[in-house]
Amino acid sequence: MHIPDGYLGPPTYLAGFAACAPLWAIAARKLKETLDARRTPLLAISAAFTFLVMMFNIPLPGGSTGHAVGGVLIAIVVGPWGAMLSVSIALVIQALLFGDGGITAIGANCFNIAFVMPFTGYYAYRLLSKALSGGKGRAIAAGIGGYVGLNIAAFTTALMFGIQPILHTGTDGRALYAPYPLSVAVHAMMIEHLVLFGVAEALVTGLAVFHLENSRSAWVLRASAEETRR
Amino acid sequence: MSPSRGSRELRKFWVVLIVLAFLTPLGIYLPKLLQGGSAWGEWGVEEVEKMIGYAPRGMKRLAELWKAPMPDYALPGQEGAPASRLSVSYILSALLGIVACGGGAWLLGRWLAGKKKRRS
Repeated sequence: MHIPDGYLGPPTYLAGFAACAPLWAIAARKLKETLDARRTPLLAISAAFTFLVMMFNIPLPGGSTGHAVGGVLIAIVVGPWGAMLSVSIALVIQALLFGDGGITAIGANCFNIAFVMPFTGYYAYRLLSKALSGGKGRAIAAGIGGYVGLNIAAFTTALMFGIQPILHTGTDGRALYAPYPLSVAVHAMMIEHLVLFGVAEALVTGLAVFHLENSRSAWVLRASAEETRR
Repeated sequence: MSPSRGSRELRKFWVVLIVLAFLTPLGIYLPKLLQGGSAWGEWGVEEVEKMIGYAPRGMKRLAELWKAPMPDYALPGQEGAPASRLSVSYILSALLGIVACGGGAWLLGRWLAGKKKRRS
């Protein structure tokens, strides 16, 4: 889901930065207001965690690969704004040091993976955990939240790929950037995320929340809920 | 939660991260075993050329903009090395990632949390 350099034309990648700039500013302000100094290490652990989770490539046999992100789990622990910042940091490091995701696409990738995913997944989790009570219920809600978040992020990523031929096709009919039309991009991205990578995300999120709920570390899940309720 | 218990649990999380770092070679071997190929939309320019018959002009230009020091989590000069050696690169990249991401987010968090204290 990391868009490399060269797939997005300047209007799209600049729009990505333009969308993220105010979101990063809001995230910083929110954390300034609510972040408890004792919970600061959780932000660091979250950034390192998502970096690692994204290294576990899962093959779609004979086709492609993908991975979970952990973005919704992080949103449950440090809040969606905290997730926006910690996942963004991981994405920037991946782009600069490891060439995973383009540097021109940092804004677009942060929008999809650090904003769309944690927010949609987190609110799906909050909504569901009202109906599903108890540790097991919340773990299921978290798993579904992970599935929802990753898939909506895959969808917005596919939209960015798919609008490129509409925006940038040369007079010779050749694409200048990402070459596949919207229908192809959305199909390809959604099938693999709905069938496989979303399930991996659901398992990571659900099992981690289930484990945390039943461990002495359950406070990790509680305080952030209080912070965001305030 | 007493602060000491909290920090002991946080230490547990860091240990989990280190263990995960040593497991990351699974992310190389599993796709190799099942012929996963590249992620959709993350092909190199040559791969795109093979798929559609030409290299998009803008893509070619932008793709050369940035040369990452450790492309695909391989140590410099190790791209295309056998999987066993790539695994070592992968683990080192994972550890470096923990330091860089953890350090970056920790500094940011401390700066933000510190600002709140000064204000109140």
